[in-house]
Amino acid sequence: MAPAEVVTWAVRSGQLPLTSMASAENEVCAVRKVACPSQTWRPQKVQCGLSGAGQVPFTNMAAGVEGRGGVWMGSRADGPRTSGHVTGKMAVFPWHSRNRNYKAEFASCRLEAVPLEFGDYHPLKPITVTESKTKKVNRKGSTSSTSSSSSSSMVDPLSSVLDGTDPLSMFAATADPVALAAATDSSRRKRDRDDNSVVGSDFEPWANKRGEILARYTTTEKLSINLFMGSEKGKAGTATLAMSEKVRTRLEELDDFEEGSQKELLNLTQQDYVNRIEELNQSLKDAWASDQKVKALKIVIQCSKLLSDTSVIQFYPSKFVLITDILDTFGKLVYERIFSMCVDNRSVLPDHFSPENANDTAKETCLNWFFKIASIRELIPRFYVEASILKCNKFLSKTGISECLPRLTCMIRGIGDPLVSVYARAYLCRALLTEMMERCKKLGNNALLLNSVMSAFRAEFIATRSMDFIGMIKECDESGFPKHLLFRSLGLNLALADPPESDRLQILNEAWKVITKLKNPQDYINCAEVWVEYTCKHFTKREVNTVLADVIKHMTPDRAFEDSYPQLQLIIKKVIAHFHDFSVLFSVEKFLPFLDMFQKESVRVEVCKCIMDAFIKHQQEPTKDPVILNALLHVCKTMHDSVNALTLEDEKRMLSHLINGFIKMVSFGRDFEQQLSFYVESRSMFCNLEPVLVQLIHSVNRLAMETRKLMKGNHSRKTAAFVRACVAYCFITIPSLAGIFTRLNLYLHSGQVALANQCLSQADAFFKAAISLIPEVPKMINIDGKMRPSESFLLEFLCNFFSTLLIVPDHPEHGVLFLVRELLNVIQDYTWEDNSDEKIRIYTCVLHLLSAMSQETYLYHIDKVDSNDSLYGGDSKFLAENNKLCETVMAQILEHLKTLAKDEALKRQSSLGLSFFNSILAHGDLRNNKLNQLSVNLWHLAQRHGCADTRTMVKTLEYIKKQSKQPDMTHLTELALRLPLQTRT
Amino acid sequence: MGTAVDIKIKRANKVYHAGEVLSGVVVISSKDSVQHQGVSLTMEGTVNLQLSAKSVGVFEAFYNSVKPIQIIHSTIEMVKPGKFPSGKTEIPFEFPLRAKGNKALYETYHGVFVNIQYTLRCDMRRSLLAKDLTKTCEFIVHSAPQKGKFTPSPVDFTITPETLQNVKERALLPKFLLRGHLNSTNCVITQPLTGELVVESSEAAIRSVELQLVRVETCGCAEGYARDATEIQNIQIADGDVCRGLSVPIYMVFPRLFTCPTLETTNFKVEFEVNIVVLLHPDHLITENFPLKLCRI
Repeated sequence: MAPAEVVTWAVRSGQLPLTSMASAENEVCAVRKVACPSQTWRPQKVQCGLSGAGQVPFTNMAAGVEGRGGVWMGSRADGPRTSGHVTGKMAVFPWHSRNRNYKAEFASCRLEAVPLEFGDYHPLKPITVTESKTKKVNRKGSTSSTSSSSSSSMVDPLSSVLDGTDPLSMFAATADPVALAAATDSSRRKRDRDDNSVVGSDFEPWANKRGEILARYTTTEKLSINLFMGSEKGKAGTATLAMSEKVRTRLEELDDFEEGSQKELLNLTQQDYVNRIEELNQSLKDAWASDQKVKALKIVIQCSKLLSDTSVIQFYPSKFVLITDILDTFGKLVYERIFSMCVDNRSVLPDHFSPENANDTAKETCLNWFFKIASIRELIPRFYVEASILKCNKFLSKTGISECLPRLTCMIRGIGDPLVSVYARAYLCRALLTEMMERCKKLGNNALLLNSVMSAFRAEFIATRSMDFIGMIKECDESGFPKHLLFRSLGLNLALADPPESDRLQILNEAWKVITKLKNPQDYINCAEVWVEYTCKHFTKREVNTVLADVIKHMTPDRAFEDSYPQLQLIIKKVIAHFHDFSVLFSVEKFLPFLDMFQKESVRVEVCKCIMDAFIKHQQEPTKDPVILNALLHVCKTMHDSVNALTLEDEKRMLSHLINGFIKMVSFGRDFEQQLSFYVESRSMFCNLEPVLVQLIHSVNRLAMETRKLMKGNHSRKTAAFVRACVAYCFITIPSLAGIFTRLNLYLHSGQVALANQCLSQADAFFKAAISLIPEVPKMINIDGKMRPSESFLLEFLCNFFSTLLIVPDHPEHGVLFLVRELLNVIQDYTWEDNSDEKIRIYTCVLHLLSAMSQETYLYHIDKVDSNDSLYGGDSKFLAENNKLCETVMAQILEHLKTLAKDEALKRQSSLGLSFFNSILAHGDLRNNKLNQLSVNLWHLAQRHGCADTRTMVKTLEYIKKQSKQPDMTHLTELALRLPLQTRT
Repeated sequence: MGTAVDIKIKRANKVYHAGEVLSGVVVISSKDSVQHQGVSLTMEGTVNLQLSAKSVGVFEAFYNSVKPIQIIHSTIEMVKPGKFPSGKTEIPFEFPLRAKGNKALYETYHGVFVNIQYTLRCDMRRSLLAKDLTKTCEFIVHSAPQKGKFTPSPVDFTITPETLQNVKERALLPKFLLRGHLNSTNCVITQPLTGELVVESSEAAIRSVELQLVRVETCGCAEGYARDATEIQNIQIADGDVCRGLSVPIYMVFPRLFTCPTLETTNFKVEFEVNIVVLLHPDHLITENFPLKLCRI
């Protein structure tokens, strides 16, 4: 297509000084390059259409006058209804356009502007409280100045509830079921705080990890819960009495589980499972609150038993989290209960109490719990439940916890399943974080332990001590656990949290000294990748450059980078994330060489996408920095070149979006020629991505309009040549697009731009191209993967086109309204959908266009372009020709209305008739008798079969009566009298 | 509603030794004033012996239960007939713990065929219209620390198919080697039983390793004596196929009330044993028995 269009252009607008334009040299090249043998094909066809006047009804003026009704009407004779019949039955209605006074009409239609008094209410008025207002209020003696002004209506009724006094939170505050004195409460809070202080505030709390684990380890497999709940015998059991009977039943119950009511819930989804566990957690609390301690213990035992089941292994971590939540709840309940026993009426146990402070009852209860738990038959529940109440050892002896710890640790050896045992250890660590801390510090020089510490503790904690850690890492024994992993762990922490300012450079130096010595590229890159983030975060491009250079040096030998694309990609991502200023980024010397390491295309494109994404996100100002342009053009080119026949639509869209984002950000300021040559270059680079080409056309059009704006509409020789170059760019680019409506709209749009820039013949060429493209519009088009009828789009386009055609001046060498005629021919020949009124709707629009064209002064103009109104100056020949066209169009409409009667499509006939009536009313001169008669006929037609909507008819009639009151419209009064309203029976 | 009688023993753990004074209060609480015919408090300690159906037959076991041996018994009249005012009335009491005649105060023990139990019973007698009120409360007697030095008696053991007795088809057994030791078979009742077990090798996967605490009760009577071993508790120390060569701790707390220092009297005996039970896949059960001697120091 492209070559043909180009040649058309060249042929038809010989005066176009394409060759004389310096800036458009590329255009010329393009024209020459694409010229091909088929170049004569298109013009021939166009000429056929034009010269074959005999077959074309709308030809030039002379032919039109004599030839109307001739061949065209004759051709209709093949149809079901002869033209003679039409004219015989219905008189040929001449068209008489109403004279319009657009200014007066606009003034009468416009809403009256009412000046707004200050302080009046207006919905769009911003809520501001102004000085004067508050002063006034102050004088009145009110203290609340803001709320008494107009903004008072905007006080959010919800926010007032949120200052802590809403009924719910008040209720929660007072109705705390724990009947303990407030003193206990506060001391507990203090204690909680103290627990934190032991560990340090920068210690990563379990809660963080918990959510992470739950989100990460999920499953779609079916789960099962196996619960052996004993009967409800021991309901009244309490923990205080040591009566033999009770103890016996209790212990029996504990043993009883195997025989007891066994509940097995199979086929649970993950959500069901979580819900069940949550229910258990709740029933644990309920049982505890209702003094059913044995039941509570049973629940806990059963829950911990679930941890021995590893059947759905990927869910196990989440299961562990859920169940240990229950255990934690239990541990807390027991602890608090025993703690509350130590509180008598007067004294409160100090925060760090010693066992001597605990009273005998509390100790006895505590012992009871331990004895009870020691008799749990199975190993796993016994371990978990004991670990959960480990803290209670504090009541019994000072050294209790540290004595128990090794024993519990050894106990885990009895667990055969490695997964279960590892998690058991994890729980033990969690239950005893404080103790762990101490031990870690003492045993700090064990590599494995160090690594665990670094991955387990919170980043801030590590970061503030990073120099210590580096020291420890250096000293530690490397056997069994390589140092680079330690540095990696440290780097991960430093990426998350900042070390003290003074240490930063030293840390980097120390770490990199080790990293750079790593021989194995895999070890090296894993480590370096992590440290890049730290470097980017705290240092300048110089350091980053050094690091990148080091990476390149390590990864290039033996093409080691091939195995490390993910890490290299991460490095790029991190660098981009920290350098938002692309001029700085690209001035990092090793950045582009670094990019060259991505030699696998898919990875390369991914990296490019990242870069472009960041550019679009962070680049605020348009740029013309040659460094950025060069680099990014290269990047975009890489992306573009990855497109092939197999590329998915989505991928193409994505790439186009990124490239468009780049194109939009390039601006050479007032150097328009440079800008255009950038667009030329871009077009040749990105020719495979249609959205990019569309963007380029829009950009060039915009450039033309900018030029016009700069010159205030008066183009100099140079700028005129330049805008023509822009227009030429668009003209040769559009045919290479595939989307038919994209092309149509772009032709129209570019034509408008050409017109606005006084490139008349070029505009004509655009419009002609659009017209000759219309027959190619398929009936169905693909929109987002679905086939849809194209007619509505076509109608929309044509209406838009008509609006433009109003102001397009006729070409002196062609006939009157030659574009409209050509367009009408095309519309006539287009294969419209059967049973569709679109064609007639278009004709109605044409009627509007023609009426507008027959006005003395047109509704709108383009600055510095003389439209037909000034060209013809209301010449009678022009008007006659115009009216002839109208008549033909009207005849078409009327004929169609008749076929509708035949086809029993009465409803359509009625609505179409009414719309035609409205058109006549709006645009026709009803003082003309024939037209007047026609309108009355149409009114009847619309109502004939009771299809019309009475309300619409009433409204229409009211409108006519209202219009008749205006000067020059008095004839409408008479018309209104002739329009009866049909009452529906 | 109504009247409640409660006995509160002074010591929270309710543990007393021979020669000590058991003290506490009887609490009578009521909304209204209470008429009564007197309140008395009885302290009683008995040994109940029962013959097992296994050794003497069901009917004999049912009828022939040996007459309980009373160790201690005393009653005091706390309040003369009269009236308690509304509210809470606390009446303190004291009993010296001294055995009848030359009998010893055995330690509290809850078993199957032998039960040694000490109770306090408070009775409030009331007029015909109202029921008598009774409240019983157990207290615990620990025997005095045994004299003489406690000497640990460690035991090493090795279990292989060859060491087993009572095997039908030795050839069918999978090969295994378990080694271990108990720190002492002389145990202090307040200290856990400890030791170690190492699975050096095993062809078959291990399913579970358990410690079974067994009581051996012997009742002597006119017709002879019955000796029965029953399980007190079973504690799993290994679950699943444990790591070879890594010692699994043997650790068991002696449950209170259900154990007492090993006891040997003219009429009955209470002894304890521990079994180390190893379950192998698919269905092998290996038991190694160790008699224990419990004492209190």
